[in-house]
Amino acid sequence: MDILFLLVPLSVILVLIILGGLWWAIYSGQFEDIEEEGERILHED
Amino acid sequence: MQTLGSESLTYHDTAVRQFSIMAVVWGVVGMLVGVIIAAQLVWPELNLGLPWTSFGRLRPLHTNAVIFAFGGCTLFATAYYVVQRTSQVSLFMPKLAAFTFWGWQLVIVAAAISLPLGFTQSKEYAELEWPIDLLIAVVWVSFAIVFFGTIAKRKVKHIYVANWFFGAFIIAVALLHIVNSAAIPVSFMKSYSAYAGVQDAMVQWWYGHNAVGFFLTAGFLGIMYYFVPKQAERPVYSYSLSIVHFWALIFTYMWAGPHHLHYTALPDWTQSLGMVFSLILLAPSWGGMINGMMTMSGAWHKLRTDPILRFLIVSLSFYGMSTFEGPMMAIKTVNSLSHYTDWTIGHVHSGALGWVGLVSMGALYHLVPKLFGQKQMHSIKAIELHFWMATIGIVLYIAALWISGVMEGLMWRAINADGTLAYTFVESVKAKFPYYFIRFLGGTLYLGGMVVMLWNVLKTATSGQPVTASIPSVASHV
Repeated sequence: MDILFLLVPLSVILVLIILGGLWWAIYSGQFEDIEEEGERILHED
Repeated sequence: MQTLGSESLTYHDTAVRQFSIMAVVWGVVGMLVGVIIAAQLVWPELNLGLPWTSFGRLRPLHTNAVIFAFGGCTLFATAYYVVQRTSQVSLFMPKLAAFTFWGWQLVIVAAAISLPLGFTQSKEYAELEWPIDLLIAVVWVSFAIVFFGTIAKRKVKHIYVANWFFGAFIIAVALLHIVNSAAIPVSFMKSYSAYAGVQDAMVQWWYGHNAVGFFLTAGFLGIMYYFVPKQAERPVYSYSLSIVHFWALIFTYMWAGPHHLHYTALPDWTQSLGMVFSLILLAPSWGGMINGMMTMSGAWHKLRTDPILRFLIVSLSFYGMSTFEGPMMAIKTVNSLSHYTDWTIGHVHSGALGWVGLVSMGALYHLVPKLFGQKQMHSIKAIELHFWMATIGIVLYIAALWISGVMEGLMWRAINADGTLAYTFVESVKAKFPYYFIRFLGGTLYLGGMVVMLWNVLKTATSGQPVTASIPSVASHV
Protein backbone atom coordinates (compact mmCIF):
# COMPACT_ATOMS: atom_id res chain seq x y z
CA MET A 1 0.00 0.00 0.00
CA ASP A 2 2.69 2.45 -1.06
CA ILE A 3 -0.12 4.64 -2.36
CA LEU A 4 -0.83 5.71 1.22
CA PHE A 5 2.50 7.54 1.19
CA LEU A 6 0.87 9.80 -1.41
CA LEU A 7 -2.72 9.91 -0.21
CA VAL A 8 -2.09 10.39 3.53
CA PRO A 9 0.31 13.35 3.11
CA LEU A 10 -2.12 14.83 0.57
CA SER A 11 -4.92 14.60 3.14
CA VAL A 12 -2.72 16.14 5.83
CA ILE A 13 -1.81 19.05 3.54
CA LEU A 14 -5.47 19.46 2.65
CA VAL A 15 -6.56 19.49 6.29
CA LEU A 16 -3.90 22.13 7.00
CA ILE A 17 -5.22 24.25 4.12
CA ILE A 18 -8.79 23.80 5.40
CA LEU A 19 -7.65 24.76 8.91
CA GLY A 20 -5.97 27.82 7.42
CA GLY A 21 -9.24 28.73 5.70
CA LEU A 22 -11.20 28.30 8.93
CA TRP A 23 -8.61 30.36 10.83
CA TRP A 24 -8.83 33.14 8.25
CA ALA A 25 -12.63 33.07 8.29
CA ILE A 26 -12.77 33.34 12.08
CA TYR A 27 -10.19 36.09 12.49
CA SER A 28 -11.21 38.21 9.51
CA GLY A 29 -14.68 38.60 10.95
CA GLN A 30 -16.55 36.30 8.54
CA PHE A 31 -18.64 34.93 11.39
CA GLU A 32 -19.83 38.21 12.95
CA ASP A 33 -23.57 38.97 12.84
CA ILE A 34 -24.07 35.94 10.68
CA GLU A 35 -27.82 35.50 10.92
CA GLU A 36 -28.09 38.87 9.19
CA GLU A 37 -26.05 37.50 6.29
CA GLY A 38 -28.67 34.85 5.65
CA GLU A 39 -31.26 37.63 5.20
CA ARG A 40 -29.18 39.71 2.83
CA ILE A 41 -29.49 37.54 -0.26
CA LEU A 42 -33.25 38.10 -0.17
CA HIS A 43 -32.87 41.88 -0.57
CA GLU A 44 -30.34 42.15 -3.38
CA ASP A 45 -30.90 41.86 -7.14
CA MET B 1 -12.67 46.43 -0.57
CA GLN B 2 -12.25 49.13 -3.14
CA THR B 3 -14.61 50.40 -5.77
CA LEU B 4 -12.93 51.08 -9.09
CA GLY B 5 -14.25 53.79 -11.41
CA SER B 6 -13.91 51.48 -14.39
CA GLU B 7 -15.77 48.69 -12.66
CA SER B 8 -18.64 47.20 -14.64
CA LEU B 9 -22.09 48.24 -13.43
CA THR B 10 -23.82 45.17 -14.80
CA TYR B 11 -23.50 41.44 -14.15
CA HIS B 12 -21.91 39.21 -16.78
CA ASP B 13 -24.58 36.62 -17.44
CA THR B 14 -23.75 35.43 -20.95
CA ALA B 15 -21.92 32.34 -19.70
CA VAL B 16 -24.67 31.74 -17.12
CA ARG B 17 -27.28 31.75 -19.91
CA GLN B 18 -25.23 29.46 -22.16
CA PHE B 19 -24.49 26.97 -19.40
CA SER B 20 -28.14 26.96 -18.24
CA ILE B 21 -29.50 26.12 -21.70
CA MET B 22 -26.83 23.50 -22.34
CA ALA B 23 -27.46 21.90 -18.93
CA VAL B 24 -31.01 21.13 -20.02
CA VAL B 25 -29.94 19.98 -23.51
CA TRP B 26 -27.24 17.66 -22.11
CA GLY B 27 -29.68 16.48 -19.45
CA VAL B 28 -31.99 15.19 -22.19
CA VAL B 29 -29.09 13.59 -24.08
CA GLY B 30 -27.51 11.94 -21.01
CA MET B 31 -30.81 10.62 -19.70
CA LEU B 32 -31.74 9.32 -23.16
CA VAL B 33 -28.53 7.28 -23.24
CA GLY B 34 -29.45 6.06 -19.74
CA VAL B 35 -32.86 4.89 -20.95
CA ILE B 36 -31.24 3.18 -23.95
CA ILE B 37 -28.86 1.16 -21.77
CA ALA B 38 -31.67 0.35 -19.32
CA ALA B 39 -33.61 -1.01 -22.33
CA GLN B 40 -30.54 -3.01 -23.40
CA LEU B 41 -30.60 -4.77 -20.02
CA VAL B 42 -34.21 -5.80 -20.67
CA TRP B 43 -33.81 -6.55 -24.40
CA PRO B 44 -30.14 -7.39 -25.13
CA GLU B 45 -30.85 -7.31 -28.91
CA LEU B 46 -30.75 -3.51 -28.58
CA ASN B 47 -26.95 -3.74 -28.36
CA LEU B 48 -27.39 -4.13 -32.15
CA GLY B 49 -24.37 -6.43 -32.31
CA LEU B 50 -22.15 -3.39 -32.92
CA PRO B 51 -19.21 -2.45 -30.69
CA TRP B 52 -20.12 1.29 -30.75
CA THR B 53 -23.64 0.74 -29.45
CA SER B 54 -22.85 -1.95 -26.88
CA PHE B 55 -23.71 -1.53 -23.21
CA GLY B 56 -20.07 -1.44 -22.15
CA ARG B 57 -19.34 1.63 -24.26
CA LEU B 58 -22.64 3.47 -23.81
CA ARG B 59 -22.73 3.13 -20.04
CA PRO B 60 -19.71 5.43 -19.45
CA LEU B 61 -21.19 7.79 -22.04
CA HIS B 62 -24.37 7.94 -19.90
CA THR B 63 -22.51 8.55 -16.62
CA ASN B 64 -20.20 11.17 -18.11
CA ALA B 65 -23.07 12.96 -19.84
CA VAL B 66 -25.32 13.19 -16.80
CA ILE B 67 -22.59 13.95 -14.26
CA PHE B 68 -20.22 16.19 -16.15
CA ALA B 69 -22.40 17.56 -18.95
CA PHE B 70 -25.78 18.02 -17.21
CA GLY B 71 -24.43 18.36 -13.65
CA GLY B 72 -21.30 20.25 -14.73
CA CYS B 73 -23.15 22.84 -16.84
CA THR B 74 -25.63 23.38 -14.00
CA LEU B 75 -22.78 23.94 -11.56
CA PHE B 76 -20.96 26.38 -13.85
CA ALA B 77 -24.18 28.34 -14.47
CA THR B 78 -25.22 28.56 -10.83
CA ALA B 79 -21.71 29.21 -9.47
CA TYR B 80 -21.22 32.11 -11.90
CA TYR B 81 -24.66 33.47 -11.09
CA VAL B 82 -24.50 33.10 -7.31
CA VAL B 83 -20.95 34.40 -6.87
CA GLN B 84 -21.85 37.62 -8.72
CA ARG B 85 -25.12 38.21 -6.84
CA THR B 86 -23.76 37.48 -3.39
CA SER B 87 -20.55 39.46 -4.00
CA GLN B 88 -22.37 42.26 -5.88
CA VAL B 89 -19.70 42.50 -8.56
CA SER B 90 -19.47 41.31 -12.14
CA LEU B 91 -17.44 38.23 -13.05
CA PHE B 92 -13.67 38.44 -12.91
CA MET B 93 -12.24 37.95 -16.44
CA PRO B 94 -15.52 37.36 -18.35
CA LYS B 95 -13.56 36.28 -21.45
CA LEU B 96 -12.04 33.45 -19.43
CA ALA B 97 -15.57 32.54 -18.32
CA ALA B 98 -16.53 32.37 -22.01
CA PHE B 99 -13.53 30.11 -22.56
CA THR B 100 -14.74 27.78 -19.77
CA PHE B 101 -18.06 27.48 -21.59
CA TRP B 102 -16.61 26.56 -24.99
CA GLY B 103 -13.84 24.45 -23.44
CA TRP B 104 -16.33 22.46 -21.37
CA GLN B 105 -18.58 21.87 -24.40
CA LEU B 106 -15.52 20.65 -26.30
CA VAL B 107 -14.75 18.20 -23.46
CA ILE B 108 -18.33 16.90 -23.65
CA VAL B 109 -18.27 16.48 -27.43
CA ALA B 110 -14.86 14.76 -27.24
CA ALA B 111 -16.32 12.37 -24.65
CA ALA B 112 -19.38 11.69 -26.80
CA ILE B 113 -17.12 10.73 -29.71
CA SER B 114 -14.26 8.92 -27.96
CA LEU B 115 -16.26 6.75 -25.54
CA PRO B 116 -18.39 4.93 -28.17
CA LEU B 117 -15.21 4.46 -30.22
CA GLY B 118 -13.79 2.56 -27.26
CA PHE B 119 -11.11 4.98 -26.04
CA THR B 120 -11.08 4.66 -22.27
CA GLN B 121 -8.76 4.68 -19.27
CA SER B 122 -11.16 2.18 -17.66
CA LYS B 123 -11.46 4.25 -14.49
CA GLU B 124 -15.04 4.76 -13.41
CA TYR B 125 -16.16 8.40 -13.83
CA ALA B 126 -12.64 9.14 -15.14
CA GLU B 127 -12.78 7.19 -18.39
CA LEU B 128 -11.66 9.98 -20.68
CA GLU B 129 -8.23 9.60 -22.28
CA TRP B 130 -5.29 11.83 -21.48
CA PRO B 131 -5.67 14.60 -24.14
CA ILE B 132 -9.23 15.23 -22.90
CA ASP B 133 -8.03 15.04 -19.29
CA LEU B 134 -5.55 17.82 -20.04
CA LEU B 135 -8.30 19.98 -21.52
CA ILE B 136 -10.45 19.34 -18.42
CA ALA B 137 -7.57 20.48 -16.20
CA VAL B 138 -7.12 23.72 -18.20
CA VAL B 139 -10.85 24.51 -18.16
CA TRP B 140 -11.06 23.72 -14.46
CA VAL B 141 -8.15 25.99 -13.51
CA SER B 142 -9.79 28.76 -15.58
CA PHE B 143 -13.05 28.15 -13.68
CA ALA B 144 -11.12 28.52 -10.40
CA ILE B 145 -9.52 31.79 -11.59
CA VAL B 146 -12.87 33.29 -12.60
CA PHE B 147 -14.61 32.14 -9.42
CA PHE B 148 -11.97 33.08 -6.86
CA GLY B 149 -11.12 36.27 -8.78
CA THR B 150 -14.76 37.31 -8.40
CA ILE B 151 -14.66 36.50 -4.67
CA ALA B 152 -11.46 38.56 -4.35
CA LYS B 153 -13.03 41.69 -5.85
CA ARG B 154 -16.35 41.31 -3.98
CA LYS B 155 -18.05 44.37 -2.52
CA VAL B 156 -19.74 42.48 0.30
CA LYS B 157 -17.34 41.67 3.11
CA HIS B 158 -19.06 38.46 4.12
CA ILE B 159 -18.63 35.49 1.78
CA TYR B 160 -22.07 33.86 1.54
CA VAL B 161 -22.12 30.18 2.58
CA ALA B 162 -23.05 28.96 -0.93
CA ASN B 163 -19.73 30.34 -2.20
CA TRP B 164 -17.80 28.33 0.39
CA PHE B 165 -19.42 25.17 -0.95
CA PHE B 166 -18.75 26.15 -4.58
CA GLY B 167 -15.15 27.05 -3.69
CA ALA B 168 -14.48 23.75 -1.91
CA PHE B 169 -16.02 21.88 -4.85
CA ILE B 170 -13.78 23.66 -7.37
CA ILE B 171 -10.55 23.10 -5.41
CA ALA B 172 -11.30 19.49 -4.48
CA VAL B 173 -12.26 18.47 -8.01
CA ALA B 174 -9.05 19.99 -9.40
CA LEU B 175 -6.96 18.00 -6.91
CA LEU B 176 -8.87 14.74 -7.42
CA HIS B 177 -8.78 14.98 -11.20
CA ILE B 178 -5.08 15.71 -11.40
CA VAL B 179 -4.00 12.96 -8.96
CA ASN B 180 -6.30 10.23 -10.29
CA SER B 181 -5.76 10.95 -13.98
CA ALA B 182 -1.95 10.81 -13.74
CA ALA B 183 -1.00 8.50 -16.62
CA ILE B 184 1.82 7.70 -19.01
CA PRO B 185 0.68 8.29 -22.63
CA VAL B 186 1.88 5.73 -25.17
CA SER B 187 0.07 7.17 -28.18
CA PHE B 188 -2.42 9.91 -29.04
CA MET B 189 -5.42 8.17 -27.44
CA LYS B 190 -3.83 5.51 -25.23
CA SER B 191 -2.21 5.78 -21.84
CA TYR B 192 -1.43 3.67 -18.80
CA SER B 193 -2.26 4.71 -15.24
CA ALA B 194 0.67 5.93 -13.16
CA TYR B 195 -0.42 3.47 -10.44
CA ALA B 196 -0.76 -0.31 -10.54
CA GLY B 197 -2.99 -2.98 -8.99
CA VAL B 198 -4.54 -2.27 -5.63
CA GLN B 199 -2.71 1.09 -5.49
CA ASP B 200 -4.61 2.11 -8.59
CA ALA B 201 -7.88 0.86 -7.10
CA MET B 202 -7.30 2.91 -3.96
CA VAL B 203 -6.55 6.12 -5.92
CA GLN B 204 -9.51 5.44 -8.18
CA TRP B 205 -11.98 5.20 -5.28
CA TRP B 206 -10.37 8.00 -3.35
CA TYR B 207 -11.19 9.98 -6.52
CA GLY B 208 -14.51 8.25 -7.18
CA HIS B 209 -16.07 8.78 -3.80
CA ASN B 210 -14.76 12.30 -3.41
CA ALA B 211 -16.16 13.10 -6.83
CA VAL B 212 -19.51 12.13 -5.33
CA GLY B 213 -18.68 14.16 -2.24
CA PHE B 214 -17.42 17.32 -3.85
CA PHE B 215 -18.85 17.36 -7.39
CA LEU B 216 -22.28 15.87 -6.65
CA THR B 217 -22.67 16.99 -3.04
CA ALA B 218 -20.71 20.14 -2.13
CA GLY B 219 -21.40 21.84 -5.46
CA PHE B 220 -25.11 21.12 -5.32
CA LEU B 221 -25.27 22.13 -1.64
CA GLY B 222 -24.00 25.51 -2.86
CA ILE B 223 -27.00 25.57 -5.19
CA MET B 224 -29.31 24.51 -2.35
CA TYR B 225 -28.10 27.23 0.05
CA TYR B 226 -28.82 29.97 -2.48
CA PHE B 227 -31.87 28.81 -4.41
CA VAL B 228 -33.96 27.30 -1.58
CA PRO B 229 -33.98 30.58 0.40
CA LYS B 230 -34.53 32.60 -2.79
CA GLN B 231 -37.45 30.51 -4.00
CA ALA B 232 -39.00 30.24 -0.52
CA GLU B 233 -38.32 33.96 0.07
CA ARG B 234 -37.06 33.16 3.52
CA PRO B 235 -33.53 33.15 4.95
CA VAL B 236 -31.91 29.79 5.54
CA TYR B 237 -33.27 28.25 8.79
CA SER B 238 -30.01 28.60 10.73
CA TYR B 239 -27.11 30.40 9.13
CA SER B 240 -24.80 29.23 11.93
CA LEU B 241 -25.74 25.62 11.23
CA SER B 242 -24.93 26.13 7.56
CA ILE B 243 -21.41 27.17 8.52
CA VAL B 244 -21.00 24.18 10.86
CA HIS B 245 -22.38 22.00 8.03
CA PHE B 246 -19.75 23.29 5.62
CA TRP B 247 -16.70 22.84 7.84
CA ALA B 248 -17.83 19.48 9.23
CA LEU B 249 -18.47 18.13 5.73
CA ILE B 250 -15.15 19.15 4.22
CA PHE B 251 -13.08 18.07 7.22
CA THR B 252 -14.56 14.56 7.22
CA TYR B 253 -15.24 13.71 3.58
CA MET B 254 -11.86 12.72 2.15
CA TRP B 255 -11.48 9.20 3.60
CA ALA B 256 -14.82 7.57 2.82
CA GLY B 257 -13.58 6.12 -0.50
CA PRO B 258 -12.35 2.70 0.71
CA HIS B 259 -15.98 1.61 1.29
CA HIS B 260 -16.05 0.97 -2.46
CA LEU B 261 -13.38 -1.69 -1.93
CA HIS B 262 -14.79 -3.79 0.93
CA TYR B 263 -13.66 -7.43 0.82
CA THR B 264 -11.03 -6.78 -1.85
CA ALA B 265 -7.20 -6.84 -1.80
CA LEU B 266 -7.25 -3.49 0.03
CA PRO B 267 -5.83 -3.90 3.59
CA ASP B 268 -8.58 -4.62 6.10
CA TRP B 269 -7.80 -1.61 8.29
CA THR B 270 -8.14 0.72 5.30
CA GLN B 271 -11.58 -0.75 4.60
CA SER B 272 -12.63 -0.24 8.23
CA LEU B 273 -11.31 3.32 8.14
CA GLY B 274 -13.45 3.99 5.08
CA MET B 275 -16.48 2.53 6.84
CA VAL B 276 -15.98 4.66 9.98
CA PHE B 277 -15.57 7.89 7.99
CA SER B 278 -18.66 7.04 5.95
CA LEU B 279 -20.69 6.63 9.14
CA ILE B 280 -19.38 9.93 10.53
CA LEU B 281 -20.63 11.67 7.37
CA LEU B 282 -24.23 11.01 8.35
CA ALA B 283 -24.04 13.84 10.91
CA PRO B 284 -23.06 16.79 8.68
CA SER B 285 -25.23 15.47 5.84
CA TRP B 286 -28.36 15.37 7.94
CA GLY B 287 -27.50 18.68 9.61
CA GLY B 288 -27.51 20.27 6.17
CA MET B 289 -30.63 18.45 5.03
CA ILE B 290 -32.59 19.54 8.12
CA ASN B 291 -31.31 23.09 7.70
CA GLY B 292 -32.55 23.22 4.13
CA MET B 293 -35.93 21.66 4.97
CA MET B 294 -36.54 23.89 7.99
CA THR B 295 -36.01 26.95 5.80
CA MET B 296 -39.62 26.21 4.86
CA SER B 297 -40.87 26.54 8.46
CA GLY B 298 -43.77 28.97 8.49
CA ALA B 299 -43.94 28.81 4.70
CA TRP B 300 -44.94 25.21 4.13
CA HIS B 301 -48.15 26.34 2.44
CA LYS B 302 -46.06 27.61 -0.48
CA LEU B 303 -45.44 23.99 -1.48
CA ARG B 304 -49.09 23.76 -2.46
CA THR B 305 -48.80 26.42 -5.13
CA ASP B 306 -45.16 26.54 -6.13
CA PRO B 307 -43.90 23.52 -8.10
CA ILE B 308 -40.35 24.93 -8.24
CA LEU B 309 -40.16 24.92 -4.47
CA ARG B 310 -41.47 21.36 -4.53
CA PHE B 311 -38.55 20.32 -6.74
CA LEU B 312 -36.12 21.85 -4.25
CA ILE B 313 -37.70 20.40 -1.10
CA VAL B 314 -38.21 16.91 -2.51
CA SER B 315 -34.58 16.98 -3.67
CA LEU B 316 -33.60 17.60 -0.05
CA SER B 317 -35.62 14.62 1.13
CA PHE B 318 -33.80 12.44 -1.40
CA TYR B 319 -30.53 13.95 -0.17
CA GLY B 320 -31.51 12.89 3.34
CA MET B 321 -32.52 9.41 2.20
CA SER B 322 -29.41 8.69 0.18
CA THR B 323 -27.04 10.10 2.80
CA PHE B 324 -28.64 7.70 5.27
CA GLU B 325 -28.60 4.75 2.90
CA GLY B 326 -24.96 5.40 1.89
CA PRO B 327 -23.41 5.10 5.36
CA MET B 328 -25.57 2.03 6.03
CA MET B 329 -24.30 0.37 2.86
CA ALA B 330 -20.73 1.27 3.86
CA ILE B 331 -21.05 -0.98 6.94
CA LYS B 332 -19.13 -4.09 6.00
CA THR B 333 -21.85 -6.53 7.08
CA VAL B 334 -24.48 -4.76 4.99
CA ASN B 335 -22.01 -4.34 2.16
CA SER B 336 -21.41 -8.08 1.98
CA LEU B 337 -25.02 -8.33 0.81
CA SER B 338 -25.29 -5.14 -1.26
CA HIS B 339 -21.90 -5.05 -3.02
CA TYR B 340 -21.98 -5.75 -6.78
CA THR B 341 -25.79 -5.90 -6.75
CA ASP B 342 -28.40 -3.56 -8.25
CA TRP B 343 -28.94 -2.08 -4.81
CA THR B 344 -25.81 0.01 -5.40
CA ILE B 345 -27.17 1.30 -8.71
CA GLY B 346 -30.49 2.07 -7.03
CA HIS B 347 -28.68 3.98 -4.29
CA VAL B 348 -26.68 6.02 -6.80
CA HIS B 349 -29.85 6.94 -8.67
CA SER B 350 -31.70 7.93 -5.52
CA GLY B 351 -28.87 10.46 -5.08
CA ALA B 352 -28.49 11.33 -8.75
CA LEU B 353 -32.11 11.51 -9.92
CA GLY B 354 -33.52 12.52 -6.56
CA TRP B 355 -30.99 14.94 -5.14
CA VAL B 356 -28.74 16.19 -7.94
CA GLY B 357 -31.40 16.07 -10.66
CA LEU B 358 -34.28 17.68 -8.77
CA VAL B 359 -32.19 20.41 -7.11
CA SER B 360 -30.70 21.30 -10.51
CA MET B 361 -34.10 21.45 -12.16
CA GLY B 362 -35.50 23.61 -9.35
CA ALA B 363 -32.55 26.01 -9.58
CA LEU B 364 -32.77 26.20 -13.39
CA TYR B 365 -36.52 26.88 -13.29
CA HIS B 366 -35.76 29.74 -10.89
CA LEU B 367 -32.90 31.01 -13.03
CA VAL B 368 -34.07 30.79 -16.64
CA PRO B 369 -36.90 33.36 -16.50
CA LYS B 370 -34.60 35.83 -14.70
CA LEU B 371 -31.90 35.42 -17.34
CA PHE B 372 -34.33 36.10 -20.18
CA GLY B 373 -36.27 38.94 -18.59
CA GLN B 374 -39.45 36.97 -17.91
CA LYS B 375 -41.54 37.02 -14.74
CA GLN B 376 -41.86 33.26 -14.68
CA MET B 377 -41.42 30.16 -16.81
CA HIS B 378 -43.52 29.93 -19.99
CA SER B 379 -45.77 27.25 -18.47
CA ILE B 380 -46.23 26.61 -14.73
CA LYS B 381 -48.48 23.65 -15.59
CA ALA B 382 -45.57 22.07 -17.45
CA ILE B 383 -43.34 22.45 -14.35
CA GLU B 384 -46.06 20.74 -12.36
CA LEU B 385 -46.22 17.92 -14.92
CA HIS B 386 -42.42 17.59 -14.91
CA PHE B 387 -42.40 17.37 -11.13
CA TRP B 388 -44.80 14.44 -11.05
CA MET B 389 -43.15 12.62 -13.96
CA ALA B 390 -39.76 12.96 -12.28
CA THR B 391 -40.95 11.94 -8.81
CA ILE B 392 -42.94 8.91 -9.97
CA GLY B 393 -40.05 7.94 -12.25
CA ILE B 394 -37.58 8.00 -9.36
CA VAL B 395 -39.83 5.96 -7.09
CA LEU B 396 -40.33 3.28 -9.76
CA TYR B 397 -36.60 3.25 -10.47
CA ILE B 398 -35.26 2.95 -6.94
CA ALA B 399 -37.98 0.61 -5.63
CA ALA B 400 -37.36 -1.80 -8.53
CA LEU B 401 -33.62 -1.84 -7.92
CA TRP B 402 -33.97 -2.27 -4.16
CA ILE B 403 -35.99 -5.41 -4.73
CA SER B 404 -33.80 -6.74 -7.51
CA GLY B 405 -30.58 -5.88 -5.61
CA VAL B 406 -31.54 -7.50 -2.33
CA MET B 407 -32.98 -10.47 -4.20
CA GLU B 408 -29.84 -11.15 -6.22
CA GLY B 409 -27.65 -10.61 -3.13
CA LEU B 410 -29.67 -13.23 -1.27
CA MET B 411 -29.64 -15.60 -4.26
CA TRP B 412 -25.83 -15.37 -4.58
CA ARG B 413 -25.25 -16.23 -0.95
CA ALA B 414 -27.92 -18.95 -0.65
CA ILE B 415 -26.38 -22.39 -0.16
CA ASN B 416 -27.77 -25.92 0.01
CA ALA B 417 -27.33 -28.19 3.03
CA ASP B 418 -24.27 -29.77 1.37
CA GLY B 419 -22.59 -26.37 0.95
CA THR B 420 -23.10 -25.97 -2.79
CA LEU B 421 -24.62 -22.79 -4.25
CA ALA B 422 -28.42 -22.88 -4.38
CA TYR B 423 -28.61 -20.80 -7.57
CA THR B 424 -26.49 -20.39 -10.67
CA PHE B 425 -25.56 -16.83 -11.62
CA VAL B 426 -27.79 -16.88 -14.67
CA GLU B 427 -30.80 -17.76 -12.49
CA SER B 428 -30.27 -14.51 -10.58
CA VAL B 429 -30.08 -12.62 -13.90
CA LYS B 430 -33.32 -14.19 -15.06
CA ALA B 431 -35.10 -13.35 -11.80
CA LYS B 432 -34.28 -9.65 -12.31
CA PHE B 433 -36.12 -9.33 -15.62
CA PRO B 434 -39.40 -7.75 -14.32
CA TYR B 435 -37.48 -5.26 -12.15
CA TYR B 436 -35.31 -4.22 -15.08
CA PHE B 437 -38.48 -3.51 -17.00
CA ILE B 438 -39.90 -1.37 -14.16
CA ARG B 439 -36.58 0.48 -13.96
CA PHE B 440 -36.77 1.14 -17.71
CA LEU B 441 -40.29 2.57 -17.23
CA GLY B 442 -39.13 4.78 -14.35
CA GLY B 443 -36.19 6.05 -16.38
CA THR B 444 -38.42 6.76 -19.36
CA LEU B 445 -40.79 8.82 -17.20
CA TYR B 446 -37.86 10.79 -15.77
CA LEU B 447 -36.51 11.42 -19.29
CA GLY B 448 -40.00 12.46 -20.44
CA GLY B 449 -40.09 15.06 -17.67
CA MET B 450 -36.75 16.40 -18.85
CA VAL B 451 -38.06 16.75 -22.41
CA VAL B 452 -41.01 18.75 -21.05
CA MET B 453 -38.47 20.95 -19.27
CA LEU B 454 -36.46 21.49 -22.46
CA TRP B 455 -39.60 22.62 -24.29
CA ASN B 456 -40.54 24.94 -21.42
CA VAL B 457 -37.04 26.43 -21.17
CA LEU B 458 -36.76 27.03 -24.93
CA LYS B 459 -40.23 28.64 -24.97
CA THR B 460 -39.25 30.91 -22.07
CA ALA B 461 -35.93 31.83 -23.66
CA THR B 462 -37.34 32.58 -27.09
CA SER B 463 -40.27 34.62 -25.83
CA GLY B 464 -37.90 36.77 -23.76
CA GLN B 465 -34.67 38.65 -24.39
CA PRO B 466 -31.30 38.13 -22.72
CA VAL B 467 -31.22 40.76 -19.96
CA THR B 468 -28.25 42.67 -18.69
CA ALA B 469 -28.95 42.97 -14.99
CA SER B 470 -27.46 45.98 -13.22
CA ILE B 471 -25.60 45.64 -9.95
CA PRO B 472 -27.48 47.29 -7.08
CA SER B 473 -25.48 50.04 -5.43
CA VAL B 474 -24.62 48.95 -1.95
CA ALA B 475 -22.28 51.05 0.10
CA SER B 476 -23.55 50.13 3.55
CA HIS B 477 -21.79 46.85 4.11
CA VAL B 478 -18.32 47.43 2.70
